[in-house]
Amino acid sequence: MYKISVEKLDDLFKKASESRTIYLPVDKENGAKFEKWSEGKKLSNALNTVRSAKDFIFPQTENLADFRISGKNIEVRDAHEELEDFVIFGMRACDARSFEILDKVFLAEPVDTYYKNRREHGVLVTIACTKPSETCFCQTFGIDPTKPEGDVSAWICDGEMYFESNTEKGKTFIESISALLEESGSEAVEKQQSETKEILAKLPLKDVKTDAFGGDKLNELFNSPKWAELSESCLGCGTCTFVCPTCQCYDIRDFDCGKEIKRFRCWDSCMYSDFTRMAHGNSRNSQLERFRQRFMHKLVYFPANNDGQFGCVGCGRCLSKCPISMNIVKVMKTLEG
Amino acid sequence: MQINNEFKPKIVAFCCNWCSYAGADLAGTNRLNYPADVKIIRVPCSCRVNPMFILRAFQRGADGVIICGCHPGDCHYTSGNYYARRRITLLFSMLDYLGIERERTRLEWVSAAEGAKFSATMNEFVETVTKLGENKRLEDLRCKAE
Amino acid sequence: MQSRMIERAKQLLADGTVNRVIGWKKGEFAYDITPAVFESAEEIDKDFVYDDFCGHNLSKYLIKESRKEGKLLAFLKPCDTYSFNQLIKEHRIIRENVYIIGIACDGKADAEKIKAKGISGITGISSDDDTFTVKTIYDDEKISKSEVLEERCTVCKSRKHAVYDELIGDEGEVNENSGRFDMVTKLENMTADERYTFWRNELSKCIRCNACRNVCPACSCENCVFDNPNSGIAQKSAATSFEENMFHIIRAFHVAGRCTDCGECSRVCPQNIPLHLLNRKFIKDINELYGEYQAGVEDEGRTPLTSYTKDDCEPSIVNERGCK
Repeated sequence: MYKISVEKLDDLFKKASESRTIYLPVDKENGAKFEKWSEGKKLSNALNTVRSAKDFIFPQTENLADFRISGKNIEVRDAHEELEDFVIFGMRACDARSFEILDKVFLAEPVDTYYKNRREHGVLVTIACTKPSETCFCQTFGIDPTKPEGDVSAWICDGEMYFESNTEKGKTFIESISALLEESGSEAVEKQQSETKEILAKLPLKDVKTDAFGGDKLNELFNSPKWAELSESCLGCGTCTFVCPTCQCYDIRDFDCGKEIKRFRCWDSCMYSDFTRMAHGNSRNSQLERFRQRFMHKLVYFPANNDGQFGCVGCGRCLSKCPISMNIVKVMKTLEG
Repeated sequence: MQINNEFKPKIVAFCCNWCSYAGADLAGTNRLNYPADVKIIRVPCSCRVNPMFILRAFQRGADGVIICGCHPGDCHYTSGNYYARRRITLLFSMLDYLGIERERTRLEWVSAAEGAKFSATMNEFVETVTKLGENKRLEDLRCKAE
Repeated sequence: MQSRMIERAKQLLADGTVNRVIGWKKGEFAYDITPAVFESAEEIDKDFVYDDFCGHNLSKYLIKESRKEGKLLAFLKPCDTYSFNQLIKEHRIIRENVYIIGIACDGKADAEKIKAKGISGITGISSDDDTFTVKTIYDDEKISKSEVLEERCTVCKSRKHAVYDELIGDEGEVNENSGRFDMVTKLENMTADERYTFWRNELSKCIRCNACRNVCPACSCENCVFDNPNSGIAQKSAATSFEENMFHIIRAFHVAGRCTDCGECSRVCPQNIPLHLLNRKFIKDINELYGEYQAGVEDEGRTPLTSYTKDDCEPSIVNERGCK
């Protein structure tokens, strides 16, 4: 384990940014947001960013290809971006797990090369949580916020920041800044971990369990009569989907610029009325069906196809952002009860 | 060969079929000049101009948008231009509120007999927009690809 | 208040006046309340709640609910009744199927503002006049309610109901001097460059979740222009700054003259964009140019954009008016 004084973080960012772009959460007027580091930007203490970190590897809109017609030829231009190496410094455990979930979707055959390109260039430095909020329920999905996953795990205790690398990529990153670090024991970190665990045991959502969900509960859950009351006040907006770190559905569209066609993809939401609309029409015509789709996907379909892994990380963003406060916790509790 | 780098604005003019379009015609038959940068789109009535048309014109590369209709009281459909007047006023005010240069948009009443007014208005408008330069604040970068 | 509402709702269900009640349902914590329809006294006893976090405007749900079998009891706060009237004017709600109980409201609180004060781990909130006692898993905190009011409630335009069948609580007054246009005036007095920077900063936060549109009682189109794939605008994400502008200008324009300024758009925005400032600009312009008008005061008659006078001002007034 290595450590550096929190006061010297600026030096660390300066050093690290020689070879990579550094992104870190910074405090803005309405909560924390990931921004590119530049002199003077301070690491936020906020529990989490308003938008999830998925933007880095799966941006809201992304150009896939451009087409241009000249005479009888159609020229196709590949829109894969040339990326620099980058570091996401200060992700939380929940967001780190969300990358694992997205990997299962985008890195499975056929591999999504746009995603892979971004994923390979990024190093994830995660920071352990010390002050979880009432909306946190990552423990439900077996995430340990005191020992976050990612290429490098970090802890901030008593004015020092401790690092431990978990992967080769992480090791390389630590080496690149090793001149600034000193070796250290792990006592302070262990003390913090046990303190945080006591808080975790007091969280109001600590008892949310996944036992009633999973790939084998498909029929029973799909046919539950409770979806009607759960979905009745859903507005059909895409807030939950767009703040979610694991929602991965997208739509591909063409934009006619006049001189060329741009084919781009953008996030889509199963809550929208034209989601998966095809030539024959729409397969889900009521908000009940659309609402059910979102939660069935996370709690049943996804684990069915991915060795029991659920498509939720318990970050709590949908809990605080849904305009009508209907969310996955309420859905799970109602379906169970 | 000399390359002319001088900025030439693209202007979209929505002209009502019954007055302003005929006014433009008259300007033509009277050999009154107006800049070739003005692209006329004929609409049945100034009231047909949906705010989205105006924004769309800016998106597609217009640097200025002008709407021309019959004088108040002369609408072919009796009241179309009265409704248009309220809508366009509010829209222009909103664009101004968002910090978009107010000189880029204009409404002018031009009758079928006012070929000279049409030509003068267009000359003046093109001159104003030329001074403002390229539309940057309501542009769609995708449409600017060369 | 809550107990009187529950009692009256149960009476009306029991005597058959209504067969359903629309109100608010308790959540997991203190503030995460969900609008809900209750069908029995048992459901009401179990979950019905009315407190400082019941900000949701229930009028939009009545479009759908009033088309169902039987009569529905709706609890409407003063600002909700304006939306209700406007929807009646637009023939979107079937009036005979709704029984309205107007309820007094002294402003609703915004949970995000509480959290922004650094209060985390909230497990309960109790209120005593103007003081909230927030129970958390850390330390309990006391804050004043007026500090955490929703923006719209700090400039409440009216505590008087525009329509009701009966009333619980005292009827309030229209507040002519709410100061709700102050921020609009402030923006108008900025230079164009400053305004442009302000709005670019705000609108660039938009994630196109469509929450503002979907919650808006004035956005009641069966099929929105932005849901039309042929509209040429990406419904699902703003690919460029142009589309951010386009969506918000057009949305505000479509509700101009019909927007009652209920403030739901700003309440629901996950990115905290002050969308009400767009709607209030239209309201302020309409008031100044075409005479004072408050949508939702009446349930019939023409709106400012579906009427005209022969001596209306010309659009060039935008250039002539005082702002820089």
